[in-house]
Amino acid sequence: MRAFISSVYLFLYAPIALVVLFSFNAGRNASEFTGFSTAWYGKALGNTFLVSALQNSLLIAFTSATLAAIFGTMAALGMERLAPRNRAIFDALFAAAIVVPGVVIGIATLVALVAVFSFINPALATIWPGDQPPQLGLGYGSIIAAHGLFSMALVTMIVKARIASLGRDIVEASSDLYATPLTTFRLIVLPQILPSILAGFLLAFTFSFDDFIIAFFVAGSKTTLPIYVFASIRRGVTPEINAIATLVLVASLLLILTARILMREKKTKSGE
Amino acid sequence: MTSASTNDIEFRSVAKRYGAVTAVSDINLEVPRGAFMALLGPSGCGKTTCLRMIGGFEQPSEGTVFISGEPMNGVAAYRRPVNMVFQHYALFPHLDVEQNVSYGLRQMRPRIASAEISRRAQEALEMVRLGGFGKRRIHEMSGGQQQRVALARAIVNKPKVLLLDEPLAALDKKLRTAMQIELQTLQRELGITFVLVTHDQEEALSMSDFVCVMNAGRIVQVGPPQEIYDRPASLFVADFVGKTNRIDATVDGASSLVLANGARFATPAVNGTKGAATVALRPEAIRLTRNGAASADALAGTVTHRIFLGSAVEYSVAVDGLGDFLVTADRRTLGDSELVEPGEKVGLAFDPNALHVFPA
Repeated sequence: MRAFISSVYLFLYAPIALVVLFSFNAGRNASEFTGFSTAWYGKALGNTFLVSALQNSLLIAFTSATLAAIFGTMAALGMERLAPRNRAIFDALFAAAIVVPGVVIGIATLVALVAVFSFINPALATIWPGDQPPQLGLGYGSIIAAHGLFSMALVTMIVKARIASLGRDIVEASSDLYATPLTTFRLIVLPQILPSILAGFLLAFTFSFDDFIIAFFVAGSKTTLPIYVFASIRRGVTPEINAIATLVLVASLLLILTARILMREKKTKSGE
Repeated sequence: MTSASTNDIEFRSVAKRYGAVTAVSDINLEVPRGAFMALLGPSGCGKTTCLRMIGGFEQPSEGTVFISGEPMNGVAAYRRPVNMVFQHYALFPHLDVEQNVSYGLRQMRPRIASAEISRRAQEALEMVRLGGFGKRRIHEMSGGQQQRVALARAIVNKPKVLLLDEPLAALDKKLRTAMQIELQTLQRELGITFVLVTHDQEEALSMSDFVCVMNAGRIVQVGPPQEIYDRPASLFVADFVGKTNRIDATVDGASSLVLANGARFATPAVNGTKGAATVALRPEAIRLTRNGAASADALAGTVTHRIFLGSAVEYSVAVDGLGDFLVTADRRTLGDSELVEPGEKVGLAFDPNALHVFPA
């Protein structure tokens, strides 16, 4: 049994450990370790295609996570006021959004966007006063929209759990002490749910930064970091790719760890 | 209709419905300025709904709630000159004790100078004997201390009316008794009208000037504690407030009462009841006599249990044809040698005027 469990973890983590190890390989060969070197990191960060893909990914992740945090929090706050039966429906819809496979979201978003563009672009052309009407197309906007929608479900679930543990009575107490609904939100609700909003933001950021499938469908001509890695891997796994993978791994782990700490700290406090 | 200046709270024909469910109906109640009113009743009787309608957390479906003569229909909680002590205190966990207490003062417009705010917060904390605790976090305070913080947070605003929702329910018995005395003292000192919701009849009787007994969404009796206890308006009140013995009986003629075992009493307190009736008799209104023989005004029975309470003794006495009676004997009027043993035959003597007769 112990051997079985060990082999499961070995299969899980050994490849990842190898990627990290070979990112520090002095040689080119991905099958033998010839000495320690950080040269590939320098090489990776000197690659302009890679750096521009990284910038795209950061911009998309930051924007979509910010939108998801704002709209997800608003959705969570609004759902709190729904009648229990309606709330259950929305709960189920949000939960479903999280379990829908990325491929399906990717195709669905692509089909929907193309359909909308083919309707809007001719319409824009007719009403546009100038000669060069703007053409809506796939790109930053479509990736941000697709990621933002998915992450919004994530943020909503996290923030909603926190709101539920808050209880109505501190909101009523604030109102009883002459605070208008807006003041109550600012002084009582927001400080209590802020860690969960931040946690949601970080998870959304991590998701968008790491996502390949959805981005691949709706990216158009734009290249994100996972798309770049996928494309370059066809030319063979270089230690440069290992270095990128290691950087992404470390960044993702740090973000998720921070998110977990933010969520856990509040849970123990409310339990007291 | 009483004028606005004498009543701090007034309910006029108030009803509250949630869909098809009626929480309270036909509520007419006046709370005089400076009075301590207890809303007493079993859980689900609508007492908390009434309190929440004063606080502004619920709006009546019908009728009007007045605060100091002003109709409060549609007025939001944050615009009402009342403050509430919540059952689970509802303290703000991310603020310290002083920030909690000064929260209401900070919301007041026109603004109060911050030196004045902290002076008044200190004053309120000292009033609840928490001076020096201002910088503590809420979770560092014990249950009893949190209760005091909640109280300070409410009284610091000098509200017209202080609402208390089962404020002592979460405290242990010793602390509860201490807080009862403290609340009463505080109320006298401040001169603020208190409205207390409780299901604990002892709490209601001991602290308040007036008790409003509620059942199934309606008010069943309002009056001073002594009147509620001595002259219950219904069998429900007699049962709910204090302990009581229930006896099946029949009213025979204008003032003659026949108990289920055939014993006949002349009593003026039949309340116009005719035919089948239920009689309520307080345990402490019964005197046990040792000779056993039923005299004119007494029933005969056998002691089955003795419960020693320290200052008093409770007996359970089986009376033929009437079931078990609860009898409370005060130790002062009863020497140690006079403690009756279980199994002894006794007589139960009482003043027929102590019988409360209600339609069955």
